[in-house]
Amino acid sequence: MEEFFETTITVNGTPVTRRVAARTHLVDFLREELGLTGSHTACEHGVCGACTLRVDGQILRGCLMLAVQANGRKVDTIEGLSDAGEIRDLQAAFHERNALQCGFCTPGVLMTAQELLRDRPEATRDEIREFMSGNLCRCTGYQAIIDSIEAVLIARRRTGRL
Amino acid sequence: MNERVAPERLAPEPRAEERKAPPAQTAATGYIGASVPRANAKRLLEGRGCYVDDLKLPRLAHVVFFRSPHAHARIRKLDLSRARTQPGVLAAFDGRAIAEYCSPWVGVLGHLKGIKSPPQHAVAIERACSQGEAVAAIVAETRAQAEDALQHVEAEWEELPAVTGMEEALAGRTVIHPELGDNICFRRELATEGVEQAFAAADLVVEETFGFGRHTGVTLEGRSILADYNAAEHSLTVYQATQAPHMMQDIFSRHLGIPEANVRVICKDVGGSFGIKVHVYPDEMATAAISVMLRRPVKFAADRLESFLTDIHAREHKAKVRLACTRDGRILAFDLDDLTAIGPYSVYPRTSGIEGNQVVNLTGGPYRHQEYRARLNVVFTNKNVTCQYRAVGHPVAVALTEGIVDVAAAKLGLDPAEFRRRNLIPDDAYPYTFPSGIKFEKLSHHQCLDKLLALMDYAGLRAEQAQLRTRGVYRGIGLAAMIEVTNPSPAFYGVGGARISAQDGATVRLEPSGMVTCLSSVTEQGQGTDGIFAQICATAVGVSVDQVRVITGDTGVTPYGGGTWASRGAGIGGEAVLQAGKALKSNILDLAAAVLGADKATLEVRDNAVCDKATGESKLPLAEVGRIGYFRPDTLPLKFQAELSATRHYTPREYAFTFTNGIQASLVEVDTDTGFVRLLKHWCVEDCGTVINPLLVDEQIRGGIVQGIGAAMLEECLYSAEGQLLNGSLADYLVPMTGDVPDIEVAHVCTPTRQSELGAKGVGEAGTAGAPGAVMNAINDALAPLGARVTDQPFTPERILKALKKV
Repeated sequence: MEEFFETTITVNGTPVTRRVAARTHLVDFLREELGLTGSHTACEHGVCGACTLRVDGQILRGCLMLAVQANGRKVDTIEGLSDAGEIRDLQAAFHERNALQCGFCTPGVLMTAQELLRDRPEATRDEIREFMSGNLCRCTGYQAIIDSIEAVLIARRRTGRL
Repeated sequence: MNERVAPERLAPEPRAEERKAPPAQTAATGYIGASVPRANAKRLLEGRGCYVDDLKLPRLAHVVFFRSPHAHARIRKLDLSRARTQPGVLAAFDGRAIAEYCSPWVGVLGHLKGIKSPPQHAVAIERACSQGEAVAAIVAETRAQAEDALQHVEAEWEELPAVTGMEEALAGRTVIHPELGDNICFRRELATEGVEQAFAAADLVVEETFGFGRHTGVTLEGRSILADYNAAEHSLTVYQATQAPHMMQDIFSRHLGIPEANVRVICKDVGGSFGIKVHVYPDEMATAAISVMLRRPVKFAADRLESFLTDIHAREHKAKVRLACTRDGRILAFDLDDLTAIGPYSVYPRTSGIEGNQVVNLTGGPYRHQEYRARLNVVFTNKNVTCQYRAVGHPVAVALTEGIVDVAAAKLGLDPAEFRRRNLIPDDAYPYTFPSGIKFEKLSHHQCLDKLLALMDYAGLRAEQAQLRTRGVYRGIGLAAMIEVTNPSPAFYGVGGARISAQDGATVRLEPSGMVTCLSSVTEQGQGTDGIFAQICATAVGVSVDQVRVITGDTGVTPYGGGTWASRGAGIGGEAVLQAGKALKSNILDLAAAVLGADKATLEVRDNAVCDKATGESKLPLAEVGRIGYFRPDTLPLKFQAELSATRHYTPREYAFTFTNGIQASLVEVDTDTGFVRLLKHWCVEDCGTVINPLLVDEQIRGGIVQGIGAAMLEECLYSAEGQLLNGSLADYLVPMTGDVPDIEVAHVCTPTRQSELGAKGVGEAGTAGAPGAVMNAINDALAPLGARVTDQPFTPERILKALKKV
């Protein structure tokens, strides 16, 4: 029989407690149990980055972490970052530059980009390409994504947000 | 910085009969040609889209499939009894049980003469013909429970000989479907009268064989479907990640025996399609059948391994091509012999004969030779099926044409750009009939070539290349001219008997508040359909673009139409929107004329209001038109009935296809020690007629190019000799990531089609069509001084090193 564990996770700032099957991946827990469907599963192999989440402030693959491993930790999703207004400038830049098409990779791309903007304020265009190389986008060919991130990086430097 | 074409150049040229009339407001103003960001991207940016797997319905059940582990095997025994008793399991079915509810299909078309394929069932009965073919379905309350139960299916197999090689299939010593007599699905031959003579008289004949790896679309969202049967009214609502909701409505209706109007197909957000999601998939048909059988909603979402095993694959061609020319560099003739393998079935309903057929139609396409011979063999094998994926046949035809053209240029000692200039069809030669029988309305090869050479600084790059070679740096420059099929008429599928619509419809409705709702039969898969239709609609009616709401992807709501495929949405669906918008404007002006007691001819709609055409003075806001039309029609003249919605349809009829043209260039650097190729830069000049939204068009081209780069450099579905897929995960099957691709410069030449008022041709596939040929030619240009050459895609480091005789 499956083993269940009482698990408490602070999701987008709100603690939630559920009995969770040990084998449930974090991204499946968020999608199925909490209805936070902004994080997507695509390769379920840790390769494509569509399920990228932030756990205790660091991005990771939601398909490579079990929900029970997040017990007592803080998890942020695209819905949380959007509502908090944390990446409003990044989302606006993506919109303006059409840096997304089908949008399936986009939440993961934005989560990764926000970490880059936070941790590597001096990143060059080549370094942006390197940092984003773990997020698969099948639609855009990446140039618009890189352009958007670069534009926000420059804007945030200018306005002192970095 | 990309060149932007000035808006006035984007305005469609009026058709002859309309030239006398004063220019319509739509033609020269409004949003046509403006880079308006698309409104529907906002929800996707917040993770608030809705893809099929995000949906839950009451009593939702989940289905998973037990699939054949063998490429070809008879099912000796299939015992589902233990699986049925597992926790949460609701039902388990074999192929016979599903066939009671879902009739089989045959993927043939009347106009592909002689094409044959056996009947195919939703779930295989008695025999599996490729690895991954579903032979049983398990339904449970959760997906995890259904997957757990899979391991309790007891199957015994009798392995049959697997035919996996194309030549082996063609030779036919083992026939996969004995009732068909051989392994040949489709065969086509054509020859112009003087082709033998042209080859005999040529100063130079060159020959090369090109190989194209089998690859697939890798939509980031896997195929997914939620079917919801309502037994009380014998109706079926299907939420499906599909490109063609009306086609699927027809197919569910006919194969499940449900009246057409009782079937509703809803296509919400779709996570990438690229042609992958325009076909009938057995597991999706089975899911719909199971919903009927269990009288409850059932969901299927393919995981990544299932996607690699069962999403349609594409390409896998081996093509020998010969080119005859004069010593002064005039091409006289092409001769093509193409062999392609499609798996065990021709895919329903579009068939798997189309890709090869396109290669025959398009080989040599940009050039003005008059003689041509082609032979095509499409054969069955025991691998996954192949069918139409983005650019269908074009990447094959372009690469082999442009590859052999470079061989001829080199033999003659001519620069590749100059050789193309001597042979591209002149820009004033249209309308033009190509030796394969296809007709071109108007193309702009020479303008595109000139623009490309200037954009990339071709001469400068050649000089730099020569200089770098002296230092042992091997850079290459590759060109690929191309033509592309867009805006297909019924000649593509309808004439062959397929119930696939070549026309599209649009309904445009004024809301009481003065906003406008536009319903279209084209679907949105991320390419920007909703956005450009809002622009066209706003322009046609005379409102601002934020006043327009576009609704697509629901057979219960939109007019009937074809959907998204063959680069048709903007050109066909867009024209329907334009005409519906103009009709609504006319109806608005009728009402305004009645209200104002004015002559309709003196009125116009601009900036969300009816105004005086001459002075621009605002007379009646559209909110007032809506209020009167819907709530106070009692104040209108007795005989006047307001009609504040209008529907129009459009089908291209004058040409079978509206061809576009373009040319791409690639700059690469080959590391001759490791075999790695670095793509340094890519350029594309494209002519898709009227550019409705330059931002979206350029990003379609860039995304398409990168898929073409994937095909050229990385992507291949590798099979063992026994027919086992060897790379069924994204860790093993490589697709381009940010670090693999260069920046891409895009520019346009604008030759609107005169078949429509909008003048738009398709653009979604152009990038994918041309990129592999350009990259191949660039690599071979880099390798040329070393006497090495590659012709088998993808050009992996191993293949490069083999060509250099280093391994």
